Amino acid sequence: MVLVALVVVGLITLQGMRQAVERLRTAPRTDEQARRDVMQEPISTPTDVEVKAQLYWLSTSAPGTLDPVTIPLPLSADPVERSKQLINALITRAPGPERRTLPPEASLLAFYIQPDGTGIADFSDEISSAMPSGIMSEQLAVQSIAQTLGANVSGIKQLKILIHGQEAETLAGHLDLHGVFPVGVPPSATDSLQPGSQDNTSASNQSH
Amino acid sequence: MNAVIVDPAHGGADTGARGSTGVVESDEVLSFARLLRISLEAQGLRVLLTRQANEGPSFDDRSKFANAQRNAIFVSLHVSSTGQPGTVRVYSLPHPPAAQGAAFTPRGGLVPWDRAQSGFLDQSRRLAELIQIQMAQRFHGSPETPLEAPVRQLRTVGAPAVAIEVSSVSVADRSALDQMGPGLADGVARAVAAFRTIYEAGAR
Repeated sequence: MVLVALVVVGLITLQGMRQAVERLRTAPRTDEQARRDVMQEPISTPTDVEVKAQLYWLSTSAPGTLDPVTIPLPLSADPVERSKQLINALITRAPGPERRTLPPEASLLAFYIQPDGTGIADFSDEISSAMPSGIMSEQLAVQSIAQTLGANVSGIKQLKILIHGQEAETLAGHLDLHGVFPVGVPPSATDSLQPGSQDNTSASNQSH
Repeated sequence: MNAVIVDPAHGGADTGARGSTGVVESDEVLSFARLLRISLEAQGLRVLLTRQANEGPSFDDRSKFANAQRNAIFVSLHVSSTGQPGTVRVYSLPHPPAAQGAAFTPRGGLVPWDRAQSGFLDQSRRLAELIQIQMAQRFHGSPETPLEAPVRQLRTVGAPAVAIEVSSVSVADRSALDQMGPGLADGVARAVAAFRTIYEAGAR
């Protein structure tokens, strides 16, 4: 009788263990993945219209500079959604690996536009951990985002970058993320970023 | 000009850029810094390093060290992951956008820590120009004029300050980078000597 009871208990426990293993197997591998699953929003929106969007990637002819590339892209009329779509395209649709400015492992977790025209782009940790480290590469990465937004979204005057919801000291060890970066399309292919203080409500892009 | 602060970037657990052949930024810049010290001392300058070995001082630790010196200049050394190998770029901080208004004026001699560099932007730019000219002469493909970028280390330094970035850790052999060391050191030392003349004339 005792033996029968033990066998029954064992069978019940075994079933529970199988279910627990199944849950673990299908559960998100990391906290980051769990966060993405919760934050994930659809890329397409009801107001999407295919337009010729201008995205900025590394130049093939002039090292250390960016070149605009025009691609057909369905973009929302809403500036927040439009910005998300553009930044996602910047990550996923580079013409080739040698032209990438942002690591393909990175993802945009959120994007907001404040009333003063500050666009806040919140990236996953990979924007830093997978970014080629260096002043030039980090500067070009931020420039590509700022210029792409400037060319395709109205109303964004400056850009603030967060990593995993936090203000990081640098992008990948060099470029200061303390302030904001002006958003706009420079008159020439090469330009410098000029951070302003966080309470700066407007900034202009100055070429050098 | 009392001293030159040479800052080999990164260190400790922070190796900086790392090439596929094992070239590591933190090691390379320390080698460069040691060569630079010799060249600067040959010009009669007092030189201090922000790290002597594989320590990892923070950005603010390095700035505190520099800011404790009077009448010093600051030269931060970096090696990038990318860029045309064998080239050198010199950076200073950009001026804030015109829309931000007049330059910051210290109150009672005090300057907010995170704006320490704001009073030295023109001098930093001048130092960067002198160094970049030397680099363009020595390293084919290097730009003729310096660049501006919001380099974190420079923001909190209350002295003329530049960042020098050598390309790159992605070389097939470390010796390709090592061979740049003497030319880099000599060029920077000559530029700093020229800057000293301007700096001390301005002080008088």
